[in-house]
Amino acid sequence: MAAENIQTAAAADSTPPHIEVRNLTMAYGSFVVMKNINFTVKRKEIFIIMGGSGCGKSTLLRHLIGLLEPAAGEVFYSGVSFTKSGPDQRQAMLRRFGVLYQGGALWSSMTLAQNVGLPLGEFTNLSPAEIREVAALKLAMVGLKGFEDFYPSQISGGMQKRAGLARAIALDPEVLFFDEPSAGLDPITSRLLDDLILEMRESLGSTVVVVTHELASIFAIGDNSVLLDADSRTPIAYGNPRELRDHSEDPRVVRFLTRGEQGAKSVQRHG
Amino acid sequence: MPETPGNSTLAPSEAADLDAAALEQEEAALAEESAVLFEREDDTLLVQLTGPWSLDMGLPSIENLQRELETPPPPRRVAFDSSELGSWDSALVTFLARAGELCRARGIEADRSGLPPGLNRLLELAEAVPEKKDAHTGAVRRRWLERIGALSIGFGQSAGDFLAFVGEFSVAFATMMRGKARFQRSDLALTIQQCGPNALGIVALISFMVGAILAFMGAVQLSKFGASIYVADLVAIAMVRDMGAMMAAIIMSGRTGAAFAAQLGTMKVTQEIDALQTMGISPMEFLVLPRVIALVLMMPLLCAYADVVGVLGGAAVGAGMLHLSLITYYHSTMEAISVGGLVGGLIKAATYGVLIAISGCLRGFQCGNSSSAVGDAATAAVVTSIVLVVVACGLYALVFNILGI
Repeated sequence: MAAENIQTAAAADSTPPHIEVRNLTMAYGSFVVMKNINFTVKRKEIFIIMGGSGCGKSTLLRHLIGLLEPAAGEVFYSGVSFTKSGPDQRQAMLRRFGVLYQGGALWSSMTLAQNVGLPLGEFTNLSPAEIREVAALKLAMVGLKGFEDFYPSQISGGMQKRAGLARAIALDPEVLFFDEPSAGLDPITSRLLDDLILEMRESLGSTVVVVTHELASIFAIGDNSVLLDADSRTPIAYGNPRELRDHSEDPRVVRFLTRGEQGAKSVQRHG
Repeated sequence: MPETPGNSTLAPSEAADLDAAALEQEEAALAEESAVLFEREDDTLLVQLTGPWSLDMGLPSIENLQRELETPPPPRRVAFDSSELGSWDSALVTFLARAGELCRARGIEADRSGLPPGLNRLLELAEAVPEKKDAHTGAVRRRWLERIGALSIGFGQSAGDFLAFVGEFSVAFATMMRGKARFQRSDLALTIQQCGPNALGIVALISFMVGAILAFMGAVQLSKFGASIYVADLVAIAMVRDMGAMMAAIIMSGRTGAAFAAQLGTMKVTQEIDALQTMGISPMEFLVLPRVIALVLMMPLLCAYADVVGVLGGAAVGAGMLHLSLITYYHSTMEAISVGGLVGGLIKAATYGVLIAISGCLRGFQCGNSSSAVGDAATAAVVTSIVLVVVACGLYALVFNILGI
């Protein structure tokens, strides 16, 4: 029902952006984390939310997926307001998201197959045997064939993230969110995860939103990005990260994207 | 050593007049431990740092320097001499950082050129970023009236949170009644096993002891009137009406309520609850429903079990100490128990089950984002559930009294 709403809305407007954030203000109580956030994400784009540690990147992600409510402003998916939609419609929209959390956030009391199978069991009419088959396929797609009956505590951190990705793509989501995918991974594993993200975009046709501050990842996969600044509590740049690095006039942007090697005039240390 | 007794201060020793022999002894001691010596040259205060400085020896007092800075005429410049300095570590850096703050507060120039270069670099590092003024929060001493106010507001808020949680739970329960709730049967079965059969041992132990204690306490008093046989009535009525349910509730809140809070709190910390939510699965249905149902189903059974074992405990004392025959004991017990009392006890147990499960889950959901917060959540769950159980027990006593059960 709500899915039809989304599609009819998409048909009515010529091409509304897949995700649109309008005048978003994020706050914890009276403490404003970030204000005046405006950006759009096109379909099949890999969009990076970047910024220094503690500037509110993950908080922004939590607003996008409805875990936090905006203090002001709205989030739209395909032209439909996510912020103002009722509980049923929001559920329907959530079902089209896949989220990979920082630590994987696998349910520790279930095996990997059960983790991936849970959303399938809840939202499809597949039989248990079919669910297990699909779960095994999703795990194989992230390189975890044969690990179906392992518990999350029995596998490494990188494998937990890949299993989390398998769960996130269980229902073939339209939007995939990644919270710091490379945090705590070695450079090679994190590179493999980047390749996996690109692969998912190509194969599933999903729009991808990534929260990260890993420059290597940002330049490798980012089509578009927003840079959040902790000091001014506003976004300070929007665009392709490589172009921002090479052509931005703002010294703060260049400093962030070059690890402070260019545009750094004095020793600046922020949290 | 360039030192004249007239204008120098020895730390930590406060000796003012030293004869030559004592001075020599002091100097011998200086080689072993750190000391700060002061010397005036016009308007410059020369601070001499001697001996080895180590955190193991404790931090030297800054008061001597403070006193020296305030002695008229106040110096306009402070210089350091480290020619006699032995090894040093953070003890010296801390001392110098504080000395620097003292000088800055009084507008006195601090000349650090006499310090070792590594030490200067550490001090510069510590002073590179100015102190964030609004970073210090909390630790504000509040007056008692203010504290009472804050506590009342906090109490009001937590009562509101509890009601909101109960409301959400009721919605989830209604969804379940319509057969639409999403939770796993296997999860329910596992929880039932954890809070039912697995708790039998501890419930048996505690209720047997409580039954025996009740019988013993009663026997001491009743035997004075030759009414020992009423021990059976006392134990039976007390266990069946109140103590069975109460003991089961206290055991379960410590055992299962705390476990619920710790499980859900950990799931909160590892974002497993977020993952459920963004998957469109209600944590209330998926996690709270099976736990509450399991405890509500198991508590009356545990209570009945506790009643029986408690009566057995009483019988053990009755037969062993008071030499009552078991047949007599059995008959007086059966006469003492009323159906109303028995059913009342079981209803109480079911209510306690709801209270324990809900406070455990609520505290788990409210858990902060750290491992210590999980511990706090478990503690809070036990405290909340025991308070609620005792309050509920009081209310039931009142209601049953009015109804005449």
